[in-house]
Amino acid sequence: MAVSFLALIGPIAAACSSSQPASTSTTPGGNLSGPLTVSAAASLQAAFTDIKAAFELAYPDVTVTVNFGASSTLAQQIKDGAPVDVFASADEANMAKVSDARLLSDQPTLFATNSLEIIVRKGNPTKISVLSDLSRSGLIYVTCASEVPIGKYGAQVLQKAGVTVKPASLEPDVKGIVTKVTSGEADAGIVYATDITATNGAADGVPIPAEINVTAKYPIAPIATSTHTEAAAAWIAFVAGANGQAILQSYGFKAP
Amino acid sequence: MTRQQRNRRRAVALQRPPAAIIAIAAVAIAFFALPFLGLLWRVPWTDAWSLLTTQSSLTALRLSVTTSLWATALSIAFGVPLAWVLARYGFPGRRIVRALCLLSLVLPPVVGGVALFAAYGRRGLLGESLFEWFGLRLPFSTAGVVLAQTFIAMPFLVLTVEAALRGLDNRSEDAARTLGASRWYAFRRVTLPAIRPALIAGAVLAWARALGEFGATITFAGNFPGRTQTMPLSVYLALESNPGQALVLSVVMIGISFGVLLSLRDQWLGGSAEMRSSR
Amino acid sequence: MSIDANVQIQLAEFSLEVELKLAEGEVLAVLGPNGSGKSTLLRALSGLQAIDRGVIKIHDVVVDDTEHSIFLMPERRQIGVMFQSSELFDNLSVLENVAFGLRARGAKRNVARANAAEWLQRFSLDQFAQRRPTSLSGGQAQRVALARALATNPNLLLLDEPTSALDIRAKAEIRRDLLRLRQQRPVTTLLVTHDPLDAFALADRVIVLEEGRIVQSGALDDVASHPRSRHIADMVGLSLVRGEVRDGALTTPSGARLVVPADSPSGLSVASIRPASVSLHRAEPEGSARNAWSMTVTDIDRHPERVRARLTGPIPLLAELTPAGAEALALTVGDTIWASVKASEVTVTPDLGA
Repeated sequence: MAVSFLALIGPIAAACSSSQPASTSTTPGGNLSGPLTVSAAASLQAAFTDIKAAFELAYPDVTVTVNFGASSTLAQQIKDGAPVDVFASADEANMAKVSDARLLSDQPTLFATNSLEIIVRKGNPTKISVLSDLSRSGLIYVTCASEVPIGKYGAQVLQKAGVTVKPASLEPDVKGIVTKVTSGEADAGIVYATDITATNGAADGVPIPAEINVTAKYPIAPIATSTHTEAAAAWIAFVAGANGQAILQSYGFKAP
Repeated sequence: MTRQQRNRRRAVALQRPPAAIIAIAAVAIAFFALPFLGLLWRVPWTDAWSLLTTQSSLTALRLSVTTSLWATALSIAFGVPLAWVLARYGFPGRRIVRALCLLSLVLPPVVGGVALFAAYGRRGLLGESLFEWFGLRLPFSTAGVVLAQTFIAMPFLVLTVEAALRGLDNRSEDAARTLGASRWYAFRRVTLPAIRPALIAGAVLAWARALGEFGATITFAGNFPGRTQTMPLSVYLALESNPGQALVLSVVMIGISFGVLLSLRDQWLGGSAEMRSSR
Repeated sequence: MSIDANVQIQLAEFSLEVELKLAEGEVLAVLGPNGSGKSTLLRALSGLQAIDRGVIKIHDVVVDDTEHSIFLMPERRQIGVMFQSSELFDNLSVLENVAFGLRARGAKRNVARANAAEWLQRFSLDQFAQRRPTSLSGGQAQRVALARALATNPNLLLLDEPTSALDIRAKAEIRRDLLRLRQQRPVTTLLVTHDPLDAFALADRVIVLEEGRIVQSGALDDVASHPRSRHIADMVGLSLVRGEVRDGALTTPSGARLVVPADSPSGLSVASIRPASVSLHRAEPEGSARNAWSMTVTDIDRHPERVRARLTGPIPLLAELTPAGAEALALTVGDTIWASVKASEVTVTPDLGA
């Protein structure tokens, strides 16, 4: 992660001077200040950590705190009154929950998509090559409950492939699946392609054919209760802009 | 006011702590009571019964009761001998061993779960052999839940029983030995009855802790309804999908724990020390 | 020999070196101040305390031999121990307490209980059988403890300060029980005590321990009348008067009369008088002291704080005075002087040697 981050510093620093005014709809960078709280899906952890660093370079007076978790958890927290300025979800359903509660101050913007892959233990010792291998007896498959986006997507993919799998565990979020596989306790799971990149080789990915793959759509929106609307807008623009997109794509996300 | 009443009032006044202490204690009591009141206030009482008797609630409840009782039984079976050794047997490094055995008391339970992986997981120190030789797999199994709960809960029993054993002098056991009792017989018929209050208190504390165990369980045993999804896991996950059910389950857990703590008479909690001083 | 022991124990700031032999059925009292090692000796014999060097034989069985690395656990030594604070098991009834030893040795519950009931009956404790030990008085508890120690038919009875925690009345009861036991079925007994009256009541022979060593041993009367050190004198330096008690007075074989407390049991007895309770007068005393005799001073032992005078006469006595008191009386050897003792200051115990 450190290597990819350093590689990005150069272009970003250059970008700050040239393209930044275009990416913010309000006043130029240096004038924004104050804290900014972003709730982001767990699958965005690595990418948003880098984006936070880049954003703070561009807006030195803004201090960003990113709170990562299952999108469903984060949506619930916002509904419970958590002081959040921006919500980035891994699916549209959880964004809709917040929207239905009239807690968005603007329409959500799609900023990234993600495809699914089968995560397997390092070196693929159980030799999984297709989805139907997941139903092999004795193979330990873990997923999430259907409220969590990845749990829902995984079930959709398996359904399309006509494969029935008995999970050993319904983890609270996608990181739970990754942890169980990288620690070797589970053999496989279905996660975002970006999660496999983020393991830095601790686990391997097996691609899922495009015709049955699900594209996860990541919407981002400002929260109505926010008192830092300008900084929130700047963050959303930054993520959707060239700098944010470059970082997201370095972690395997695709443009919407 | 009769003189008797006045005297009684004076007696009460004499024992009363300073007003500042009472005020601070009242704040502490409110600090504990408010969250529970808040919880009760939020519960959707009209749906409570139907939420509680849903299949998923009952499954989690049953699993929690079974696993926590197993964890308590294992804590007693291994914790009492451990406490005996720690209290009575002076061997080099005893303090280190004690600290080791009580470590899970202060460890974040999630770290405990990761540590359990490292030892009893499929690729763990012991787990790998268990899996290769016996096909025994602890993670994602109900046995794994019991293991995680025991790991977190047993120190409560060990601490309580060890303190009682230390407080007990050897003279009763000595008397039993001179009467022809082996060490084992003396322990069973003399020592064990003498520490019974502490043993009960320790077992109840361990049980309550096992019932509420979350972090180590979800990390080590995962979460699957009917197999590893205990009440706390069920509450945590239901908070998003079905907050009403989560609240009802929480109230049930609080009710059970509160009932048990109430039934623990003071003498059990303050146990052996009190009994000895009265002798 | 019922006991043949050579015990050496080295503790932090204390060492014990004792050799002792007891004949079958003999009662030996071990006297000594606190910290003299007498309880350590008892624990060594019972196996509760490891010895550093030596051999212990009980009834010709080697139970401890450091040279040959022999050590028998307490439960295999066929002993009965009675502790200072009875150590009854609170969770068991009195009957179960007495049955404990037999149960521990594998007897069936009903057999052990029947046997225990017999022992309780023998000590007239049967009405307490179903009580909890916590509901007994100190004396009752101690008598139950004695029944419990005897119920396993030990070869050796070890009594550790059996009366020191009791009041006078309970002390007398325990002594009476032990005495009856001696008469009915003698058991070799080692009695550890710092109360010489226990020894006078029960023992054939005494040894006196000080700082882990035997400083004097022999028959009771000898030790009492010729204490070899100041310390022993303080502890056992009593005047002993043997005779028969009847109607509140003890009559010696030579015909002298000693008025004793009215509730003293009749029969052959030993009366003991502490030197400090003896008053000396130049003239015949008047008033309440009904015990007064004209005596001759045969010996004076002067000490900066106390003066002891040995007197002969109808009843030989030791008297203790302050140096000022001795000065005032101008006490010298060969003087004739009046000695008096209040009846309430006389302690009577049944006489064993008789």
